[in-house]
Amino acid sequence: MKDWMGKIRTLSLFSFLVIILSACGKDNLTALVPKGYGAEQSFNVIIISILVMIVVFVVVMAIYLYVILKFRQRKGQEDHIPKQTEGNKTLEMVWTVIPILLLIIIAVPTIVSTYDLADESEKENSINVNVTGLQFWWNFEYANEEIQTSQELYIPVDERIYLNMMSSDVIHSFWVPSISGKMDVSPENENTMYIEAFEEGVYWGKCTEFCGDSHSLMDFKIVVVSQEEYDQWVNGMENTDPEYTAEAATAQEGQELFENSCISCHAIDASANNPVVGPNLADFGNRTKVGGVRDFSKEEIVSWIVDPAEIKPGNGMLDAPYLEENSIGQEEAEKIADFLMELKATDEPVDSVQQFKDEANDN
Amino acid sequence: MSTMVATNKKGLGATLWDYLTTVDHKKIAIMYLIAGGFFFIIGGLEALAIRWQLVQPMNDFVSSGFYNELITMHGTTMIFLAAMPLIFAFMNAVVPLQIGARDVAFPFLNSLGFWLFLFGGIMLNVGWFTGGAADAGWTAYAPLSTTSIGEGVDYYVLGLQISGAGTLIGGINFLVTIVNMRAPGMTYMRMPLFTWTAFVASALILFAFPALTVGLFLMMFDRLFGAGFFDPAMGGNSVIWQHLFWIFGHPEVYILALPGFGIFSEIISTFSKKRLFGYTAMVFATVLIGFLGFMVWAHHMFTVGMGPAANSIFAVATMAIAVPTGIKIFNWLFTLWGGSIQINTPMLWALGFIPTFTLGGMTGVMVAAASADFQYHDTYFVVAHFHYVIVGGVVFALFAGTHYWWPKMFGTVLDDKLGKLTFWLFFIGFHLTFFIQHFLGLMGMPRRYWVYMENQGLDLGNMISTIGAFLMGLGTIVLLINIIKTSVKNEKVSGDPWDARTLEWAIPSPPPFYNFKQLPLVRGLDPLWVEKTEGRKGMTPAEPLTDIHMPNNSFLPFVMSLGLFIAGFGFIYQKHDLSWLIVLFIGMGITLGCMLVRSVKDDLGYHVHKEDLKKEAEE
Repeated sequence: MKDWMGKIRTLSLFSFLVIILSACGKDNLTALVPKGYGAEQSFNVIIISILVMIVVFVVVMAIYLYVILKFRQRKGQEDHIPKQTEGNKTLEMVWTVIPILLLIIIAVPTIVSTYDLADESEKENSINVNVTGLQFWWNFEYANEEIQTSQELYIPVDERIYLNMMSSDVIHSFWVPSISGKMDVSPENENTMYIEAFEEGVYWGKCTEFCGDSHSLMDFKIVVVSQEEYDQWVNGMENTDPEYTAEAATAQEGQELFENSCISCHAIDASANNPVVGPNLADFGNRTKVGGVRDFSKEEIVSWIVDPAEIKPGNGMLDAPYLEENSIGQEEAEKIADFLMELKATDEPVDSVQQFKDEANDN
Repeated sequence: MSTMVATNKKGLGATLWDYLTTVDHKKIAIMYLIAGGFFFIIGGLEALAIRWQLVQPMNDFVSSGFYNELITMHGTTMIFLAAMPLIFAFMNAVVPLQIGARDVAFPFLNSLGFWLFLFGGIMLNVGWFTGGAADAGWTAYAPLSTTSIGEGVDYYVLGLQISGAGTLIGGINFLVTIVNMRAPGMTYMRMPLFTWTAFVASALILFAFPALTVGLFLMMFDRLFGAGFFDPAMGGNSVIWQHLFWIFGHPEVYILALPGFGIFSEIISTFSKKRLFGYTAMVFATVLIGFLGFMVWAHHMFTVGMGPAANSIFAVATMAIAVPTGIKIFNWLFTLWGGSIQINTPMLWALGFIPTFTLGGMTGVMVAAASADFQYHDTYFVVAHFHYVIVGGVVFALFAGTHYWWPKMFGTVLDDKLGKLTFWLFFIGFHLTFFIQHFLGLMGMPRRYWVYMENQGLDLGNMISTIGAFLMGLGTIVLLINIIKTSVKNEKVSGDPWDARTLEWAIPSPPPFYNFKQLPLVRGLDPLWVEKTEGRKGMTPAEPLTDIHMPNNSFLPFVMSLGLFIAGFGFIYQKHDLSWLIVLFIGMGITLGCMLVRSVKDDLGYHVHKEDLKKEAEE
């Protein structure tokens, strides 16, 4: 009786642990709460395989525990020689054939969904985004709209978006666990995948192919918005102006500094004709994060400009001449930040972004 | 015994010289054990540093650059410099004894294999002291590896090339040994399962390591001589590296795991006092796993963009491996069934292995499902999976083997209480560390992350994982204490302390340098057990007492390996300054010179005369 109590206690502890853990996943990051087509497909296969495997595990453990408890050498039986069995044809057949059947249960949905997730039949009629991975940020060029943005990919909800991905340095990998599984971004072959999100929101994206010093900081976001907001955003992006003049006085000074030190790498309009050197800043004022990882605020922008290596070791901005010349100090950086925060495609951020920022402030 | 006493009386210098020149498989086994154990501790310290960096979000215990060196060297060290040589330690210590041979087929090559491994391993680690070790991951994916600044990855390439040559030599040696040197009556289907797994693993080495050699050569030319095999800008292709690496890398998993299975088969059979259930099926499953191991490499590359056809084929092929592996699990369980199970330290490791490895196999099937792997790939789920397989299957086996064969190698038994303490600390620590990582991965934590952010639900899991890692460290320290304590106490035991079944237990512990005075006659599976059940004390000799032919010691393997080690520096630093080519030529000159000496000088060995053997027996 006592034995069983102990076992039940460990068992309930175990399931408690599992519940805690699955509840722990961060919304819009965890793959355990799928909110997109790809993530859902993968999740289904995960569930099927885990169920089959739990059956196997239970059978193995049942035999295992029985054998250990039943056949343990007893005191005074040290000289007992058990019967030497060679094998058993029937048993061996059973544990060969049953696993094969179980594997078929997993293999069929695996193959179906693998083909499904590689389907490119709707590519021509969908939004196509050319994704470029670079150490350590992402560029998104909308092929038909002829606009580009960086770090935050805006897509309409319930719509299939095709991503055509290439790297311009080492291999990266594009992963937004809540929406879809990952695909490598390699320097020689363009890889295509599609994503489709079921709910509006801001989703965490991660680089999952080891790519150097700031691999763990190569975050990006997918901003899922309503069709209406998406159209507004695209319209706003199309109308961003390379000749934009800052409004506030400090921002105007900041713009001057920007034009001296930054413009050779960072464009302030979303035209797809701008070369991909550093992140495009056309919609910078509506970003959710600075550098993909820090909360969006003036202080964070300033600390990025003053010492980019502190936030992302080894990033491309470390070669910028202003760092060597030491020409931008705290004060200048603040002015540049004022200018950058004015750069917006839409006057107000989309709902998803607003909500995301509110939540970030609550924390 | 007299030989052992004689060695003990030797001075330190003479003992050192003896080990530097030895070609005796038992001494080489001890050297593999010490060197592999040393690198295991180094790799373990690297692991603890990794876990300490991840104990809390946005931690700054180490810099990102140093962290990348730590993860790269942890993986490389554990696979190539700890697990491989420790497996070789037991293959050397046990296989010749299990098949009733006096040594391996090529004792000189055996020594050469060891020294190549050791110098290669040192080479890999030299990077730490010359401006940074390799930092492109143990898989060294191009172009990250080909463009990595400094010499770290060069040391990786040259170090692995040198130690890889040693492994290849070792593999060939064991193939030839097992084919040719079995005692009279030791047919293939009477070979102990550890010998069978060593045989299949050696065959895998023979076919898998050349792929690594080729890959490393191409990478060496890319990095050191301006070639562009993996550089897309020059018309190369970086994905080729991944294929070459995994054509080697996947069989490598089985090269490590199969001998581990062999160790457990011996232990489970011995301590349940039963012959292995379904021996024929076990052998067949071993061969099948080895064969299928070559058909599945691209399951490491489901997200590379190979297309749904390739992904599906490799997914199904990978799942197929679960069948022979399952057969093994059930055969072990049914070996236990109806046995008289004695639970001591080696058996405890074997019993801990079964559920642990079953979990690793389960997640193995899960990651094989390509469309699900799009989520698992390169996350902590995969980290958890392969640690369940490699720690649960291989490291557990190495711990088990250490406790099981320690008496055969050193003549003393490791303390059982401390042994059990090691097990429980390590076992609990292991599951604490890695079980939770399955969830961390699915919750969005990619692998090889130097930091993770606050408020992403990853804090608790990482903290638990770090605590577990330190428990594993504690377990390892207890083992070291156990080894010291046992060696100081030095209580000698008989040749057969476990009442075991196979040939190695039919001779004294540790065995005399010629192993068997007279080669034994093998009359069935578990030959010693067969004799015991028929009331005999030992094996029946298959030959009269005659002179024993033994190989001479040689210093050449050490010098040959040293030559390649020196040449390695020449290869690396000529990229900065061509005058380093002199070092390259000197090093290669030493190695080639030694090869010439070895080729032209007759070395016929010597004989132990039967009169001396008789005299020894009378003493």
